[in-house]
Amino acid sequence: MRIVCPFCGERELSEFSYLGDAKPQRPVANAGEDAVYDYVYLRDNVAGVMAENWYHGGGCRAWLKVTRNTLTHEISAVEPTAGAGAAKVGA
Amino acid sequence: MKYSIFSLARAALSGHKNWQRTWRDASPKDHYDVVVIGGGGHGLATAWFLASEFGIKNVAVLEKGWIGSGNAGRNTTIIRSNYGLPGNTGFYELSMKLWERMEQDLNYNSMVSQRGVLNLYHSDAQRDAYARRGNTMRINGIDAELLDQAALKKMLPFLNFDHARFPVQGGLLQRRGGTARHDAVVWGYAHAASELGVDIIQNCEVTGFVRDGNGKVTGVETSRGKIGAGKVGMAVAGSSSRVAAMAGLRLPIESHVLQAFVSEAIKPLIPGVMTFGAGHFYVSQSDKGGLVFGGDIDGYNSYAQRGNLPVMEDVCEGGMALIPMIGRVRLLRQWGGIMDMSMDGSPIIDKTPVDGLYLNAGWCYGGFKATPASGFVFAHLLARDESHKEAALFRLDRFQRGAMIDEKGQGAQPNLH
Repeated sequence: MRIVCPFCGERELSEFSYLGDAKPQRPVANAGEDAVYDYVYLRDNVAGVMAENWYHGGGCRAWLKVTRNTLTHEISAVEPTAGAGAAKVGA
Repeated sequence: MKYSIFSLARAALSGHKNWQRTWRDASPKDHYDVVVIGGGGHGLATAWFLASEFGIKNVAVLEKGWIGSGNAGRNTTIIRSNYGLPGNTGFYELSMKLWERMEQDLNYNSMVSQRGVLNLYHSDAQRDAYARRGNTMRINGIDAELLDQAALKKMLPFLNFDHARFPVQGGLLQRRGGTARHDAVVWGYAHAASELGVDIIQNCEVTGFVRDGNGKVTGVETSRGKIGAGKVGMAVAGSSSRVAAMAGLRLPIESHVLQAFVSEAIKPLIPGVMTFGAGHFYVSQSDKGGLVFGGDIDGYNSYAQRGNLPVMEDVCEGGMALIPMIGRVRLLRQWGGIMDMSMDGSPIIDKTPVDGLYLNAGWCYGGFKATPASGFVFAHLLARDESHKEAALFRLDRFQRGAMIDEKGQGAQPNLH
């Protein structure tokens, strides 16, 4: 698996770290316990195409949103995560 | 049939042509008291304990592939009970005690070999942590010995004791730990369960749950038709989220790929199981002579039963740091299996919010050693509707209550456990 970083080009997997599913959104500060539990612990654990957060720690140090198929490892899109790291500079 | 020296002699005299099937290849009936989804070690052990300990013999085990096709045949066969946290310590020791009598219980040679599990330490701080772990084990009645460098030099003279960065200072040894033949474990449970009347149904994939008006699960839809059930137990680690989703549940689990490796066969070298304490590398030697080894999960969600090169490189570097001479040995095979990585690194054995549906999941990469105890406590839960005391902390709601069992202290980041 290689990831084509929008800033650095095609790089090998070991330059990147994985955070996980990009779908969960941090609840607002006064959201109830259930919303926080859902955000921190529960996952769709998608079998198929999923948007994910990856960090290019061995390169530009940008957070990237990678669209990848968990059944085949095929990557269909890589874009900067809005407002994070190098994406902020580029914006 | 019963296996013994006499059955072997009889079969030998007839040219090994009269062996019966190890278990009946059953077709599904209309209804069972309990349906267990998943014909891996945990599912088959559950069925056997239901029939042998809890008197529930009208049981089916549904397997979407064939027995031994999933993680049962993909793990690195290690058994041990060297856990440090309440909840885990007693549970894994229960499992070790069941391993010790498994072959007699099942009338099947699962080649349980208590050749020892040794965790190496490479710093004073790590020695202290292992001393603490060993003490935790000993006050719970589990064997543990802290060995210094001199003892290890006698036992394993080929280790890289003088590594400039990670010298081997000593290790924590559990002599009762070791390995078992993983295929024979599932074959043994299938054999013994089938003898007691359990139907083992292969090539039967669950495609949905049958619910009554109150939402209670009353059966399963499968690729071989509808099967009614008094209770349904899920033991499908790796695919737990996918099966649970059919019942409308979301779980605190991510599926990740873990790779394992085996080298070409060499003469006896590694006496037991050993783990490198400064990276992630563990190794044992199979009876055929291959070095069986592995390390970390790849670290990204995956349902593909294969991994990528960076982890392979990392594992081999760990091996080279510990035993430099294995650089001369060629890698023979490499494969991957799908792990249920839970949010605290510990398993879940509990009722679900859906009436009639029971969950056995979240084994991370430690499911093999748990096989007998997992089956026993899950059968207990299915038969009596209450947790066994050694599984009382493996609750599904523990994340909500803040009662995590996090051995590594990593928090809710499944790829770091």
